[in-house]
Amino acid sequence: MSDKHAIRNSKLARVRQLFGAGKIVPAERTVELLETVIEPGNRIIHEGDNQKQGDFLAEQLARMNPKKVHGLKLCVSSVGLPEHLDLFENGLATELDFAYAAPQAARLARMVMAGSVKIGDVHTYVELYSRYFAELRPDVVCLVANEADKEGNLYTGPNTEETPPLVESAAFGGAIVIVQVNKIVDQVKRVDVPGQWVDFIVESPKPFHLEPLFTRDPALINDLRILMAMMAMKAIYAKYRPKVLNHGIGFNTAAIELLLPTYGAELGLKGKACTHWALNPHPTMIPAIESGFVEAISCFGGEVGMEEYVSSRPDVFALGRDGSLRSNRFFAQMVGHHADMFIGATLQIDAQAHSSTFTADRLVGYGGAPNLGSENRSRRHRSEAFLKAGAEAHAGEPMPQGRKLVVQIVETFQAAGKPTFVERLDAWDAMEKAGFATPPVMIYGQDVSHIVTEEGVANLLLCKTPEEREQAVRGVAGFTPVGLKRDRKMVENLRDRGVIQRAEDLGIAKSDVSRDRLAARSVHDLVRWSDGRYQPPSRFRNW
Amino acid sequence: MEKLTFEFEGGTKSLEAGSAYVVVGIVASSNLEVLAERRSLGGKCRFEIATTAANFGETWKVVLLDFMDRNKPRDVFFSINDFSAIPPVVSLRLDQALEQLTHS
Repeated sequence: MSDKHAIRNSKLARVRQLFGAGKIVPAERTVELLETVIEPGNRIIHEGDNQKQGDFLAEQLARMNPKKVHGLKLCVSSVGLPEHLDLFENGLATELDFAYAAPQAARLARMVMAGSVKIGDVHTYVELYSRYFAELRPDVVCLVANEADKEGNLYTGPNTEETPPLVESAAFGGAIVIVQVNKIVDQVKRVDVPGQWVDFIVESPKPFHLEPLFTRDPALINDLRILMAMMAMKAIYAKYRPKVLNHGIGFNTAAIELLLPTYGAELGLKGKACTHWALNPHPTMIPAIESGFVEAISCFGGEVGMEEYVSSRPDVFALGRDGSLRSNRFFAQMVGHHADMFIGATLQIDAQAHSSTFTADRLVGYGGAPNLGSENRSRRHRSEAFLKAGAEAHAGEPMPQGRKLVVQIVETFQAAGKPTFVERLDAWDAMEKAGFATPPVMIYGQDVSHIVTEEGVANLLLCKTPEEREQAVRGVAGFTPVGLKRDRKMVENLRDRGVIQRAEDLGIAKSDVSRDRLAARSVHDLVRWSDGRYQPPSRFRNW
Repeated sequence: MEKLTFEFEGGTKSLEAGSAYVVVGIVASSNLEVLAERRSLGGKCRFEIATTAANFGETWKVVLLDFMDRNKPRDVFFSINDFSAIPPVVSLRLDQALEQLTHS
């Protein structure tokens, strides 16, 4: 067993010889610092998720000399920057553990096939963070923060996100902690990370990259999405009344958010459902918040442009003493994991309701979906939705149990005209090409409780046999090949039993499906709902 | 641009009263415009389609048959201008057209 703390102390002594005492390192000497504290074969955690990215430290890492530093094992929750893969191309790193890679998914797939990247494994966010405390203990951790003082106290601000578990694994595990900050100040706005946990601070020449990933323009919500949203709200929200829930980031759930103040109010949801959320500060939530639907939102991260609005609603959001949002990805994931309901979209679903976003050409990863969108066998607290779903799922069994609602809401065809419902997931090809032992499935079919498409809602909890489940999936798969292969008699029988519900079964007239129902029909409408407290990034402004 | 024509036997019940004709949807990318008119067609329904997406005749047939099967209309003439709408959008617009033809 190597004593990580002893190794760490010798590294720190080397740095002191070269740089003197003090935690602040000039930006132009960052590569030198990195080459001094990183040894061949070290495990490096680089902080970067689907929103904030420590881009300056990533650039500097990629510029290290491979003669000095090589064989690194890189851990990064979101492979979001070209530099992450440059580390491998430049001969610095060999092994990659990650959770999400969408921005670099195609290049990653090519490099894995070419043998230049060896994937340790693909994880969910909390799974990867957890392993930082077990077999993936880091040697050097590169973090990102808004502000630092000279003692190393950090302000990570609205986008605290994944910093807490990363810094904890390092500070108590004998790793070196290096932080890029936007600004070194005399006194930080609030202490998100105590200075004692931080070894070195570099003031970055430019602020770290922040992606407005959760902004959905209401102008792009079409009638089909509204139809699906209305069916989901009638068949699921109004029936089970989930109080604690998580929404995915797609347009289908954005439509639901914008229908809460209108259709949701008609359905009597206000105060009865959708009161507590695991969610980023979605701009499309503003009308529901302003209409009094929401009691609390636990945030994975921040959202560009929402800072002032969030600060103006301390009743809903978690704010620090400085008045700005404190997000925490790990905790929000746990809120979502133990919630009444998850609802989100995916790229492909097979006839057993397994879903995946992987293709042979794109190793996209999982992000948080498998934790949020899975039946939670460890949940014990009871709620109306949990018990109602459990009564359906475990009907006739001797041991009564609850059940989490796990809802897939998908259009039967993707934008490019490709069917969402397929007989064989591309995940099988991804498995072969990337050399995984099992197909990279996002959400397993047995975890799914409902599927919502333009054709209707399938309640898989009510299916008694695997054959029924398969026909329930086919019965909402529309004009895709999977849908066309349905057993029409069996599907009609499932419809008679309420396993499949069409719009007409739910009392929804197609003529009532209209954008007029949306509480906001443009980004500008959202700004108006917020009284100007939401300040969208320029790419979302067209007025 | 492709032109397609389909004719199907309608249901047995005559159409409920309502407007003489309706127009729903718009000719915009991934969307379509449907004009539905009451016509004496001997109990049949007729569809005349102008579409920007060629070679989807079989898909149109499946989508229209599903519409006929679900709604069983008769004596309606549908003129469709399609700008590459996906099947569920076609179904939605046809359903909306028929609803509005009989509920006004």
